Amino acid sequence: MPNPPDRIHSAAVHGAIGAIWRIESGRLIAGLARITGDLSQAEDMAHEALLAALERWPATGIPPNPGGWLMTTAKNKAIDAARRERNYQRKLALVADDPTGPASATDDLDDIVDRLDDHISDDLLRLIFTACHPALPLEARVALILRCLGGLSTEEIARAFLISDSTAAQRIVRAKKALVEKSIRFVMPTASEIEQRLTSVLEVIYLLFNEGYSATSGEDWMRPELCADALRLARLLAQLAPDEAEVLGLLALLELQASRLAARRGPDGSPVLLLDQDRRRWDRLHIRLGLQALAKAERLAARHVNARAAEGDTASLPYTLQASIAACHARAARAEDTDWRRIANLYDVLSQVWPTPVVDLNRAVATGMAGDPAAGLEILEAAASSPATSNYPQLPAVRAHLLSQLDRHDEAADRYRQAAALTRNAGERTTFLARADTEVALSVRDSGSDRSRPDGEFTQ
Amino acid sequence: MRYLVLLEGPQATTPPPPALMEAIARLGEEATMSGTLLDTAGLASGATGSQVSVTSGALRVTDGPFTESKELISYALYEVSSKEEAVEWTRRFMTLHKDLWPGWEGEARVLKVLGPEDFAPPR
Repeated sequence: MPNPPDRIHSAAVHGAIGAIWRIESGRLIAGLARITGDLSQAEDMAHEALLAALERWPATGIPPNPGGWLMTTAKNKAIDAARRERNYQRKLALVADDPTGPASATDDLDDIVDRLDDHISDDLLRLIFTACHPALPLEARVALILRCLGGLSTEEIARAFLISDSTAAQRIVRAKKALVEKSIRFVMPTASEIEQRLTSVLEVIYLLFNEGYSATSGEDWMRPELCADALRLARLLAQLAPDEAEVLGLLALLELQASRLAARRGPDGSPVLLLDQDRRRWDRLHIRLGLQALAKAERLAARHVNARAAEGDTASLPYTLQASIAACHARAARAEDTDWRRIANLYDVLSQVWPTPVVDLNRAVATGMAGDPAAGLEILEAAASSPATSNYPQLPAVRAHLLSQLDRHDEAADRYRQAAALTRNAGERTTFLARADTEVALSVRDSGSDRSRPDGEFTQ
Repeated sequence: MRYLVLLEGPQATTPPPPALMEAIARLGEEATMSGTLLDTAGLASGATGSQVSVTSGALRVTDGPFTESKELISYALYEVSSKEEAVEWTRRFMTLHKDLWPGWEGEARVLKVLGPEDFAPPR
């Protein structure tokens, strides 16, 4: 049965409101938080304005300046709240007979509100730092940044993380409660705090992207919408903090990784590993934007490294390093043109500044591809000793790959089967089992004269 | 997902008002900052360009000027989460024309750029 015309109109208006919300919510919440000093409260007010729009616009049509309408509506709510608060403060001041109390009440709130737009960049940056405050659990930071800056609805956050709407709603409520409980105010971090605070922000965006890039659970092993949300946040951050090497480094990394999204999925939906990808399907625009950001990150990093060296400190720029590695792949027109020596060297440095099992896995792969699979296996032994990797499917997969390079195909097949048993991802399991079969075939042939081409990338 | 927005209009007899150009620049800045605007530029008159056509099995290269009454004026490439978002940015862009260049008429076409999401495997 066709929808009645007003229903269609209403659905179209709701779609348009959703789009306007995506564009405006960050600025709106940031501006409001500056008035109230309280992100949790600001988010409430912004949502009240959104609800008002959802209620009114289907009947009145979308106003000519919807962002302005939302801001005015929310500002009025903010001013009401501030006046209530101020009246309360004034009463308190009178009680305490504090002469400064009533005087401060004459400050012109409307003036402060009217000047909001002049500070939008600062406010957005403050919003990012507040939503990603390191005192908050990672889950809360992720929920807040998607909610406050990404403009995602509760339902969209639920879909992004494959959780129920009610779980997503609880996460947001808990995150906002944590802001209040930990007395996290809407203020810019001081110069001495900035590095640690920035690390926390970058961690959140990186996690968001990776969750989309290789989903840890579910039948769908990629969720490109989440990658797009992370990329958008990274682009915004790069505009707001254009002199931070690692911000540009992370942006470069995400652009370069995103360039491969289409090529990573085979016609049947299964993952296609880096060296098997059709490079003509890599997105040239993402690569161009990524290499641009990397060039800028490297310029800033050189300055950073020099400054640190002057203080006798070593610089640690893990995102820029990873972007440099991703760029090695992006620059190779064919898989066989890849500069594996340079990649292995970059991983050597990265494993010093960011010693994680995943980095060591990739370092082992790169070392093998640079012509030394035996050294790759040694690197792997060190990574395998970490308890964090005991159930990690990539560990046996990388070992299998190195063993295959050493023509130890029986052992390689066993390791691929082990990887298939460990992964929770259906597409990945299929790939590992297919590789195990290939190794068995190679072992049977035994001559090793027709080796299948090994792949080099497991985690990117 | 990406959308290409093409602005079309009659050949202008006067240059656009400076206030419009300034407002367009500000809007572009805002869209770039938000991470959605990837690229945008104005296009020179088609008279300075060429056309390469295939008609009845024959290839022909023709230099401008041409007889069309409408010109492509500019393009913008957005990366957004929905069509509605591309339409909203375009609505803002066209509102500036309406408000700051009285009498001007034209249209912006919002075209989806085919992307990986359009070739998703069957599920």
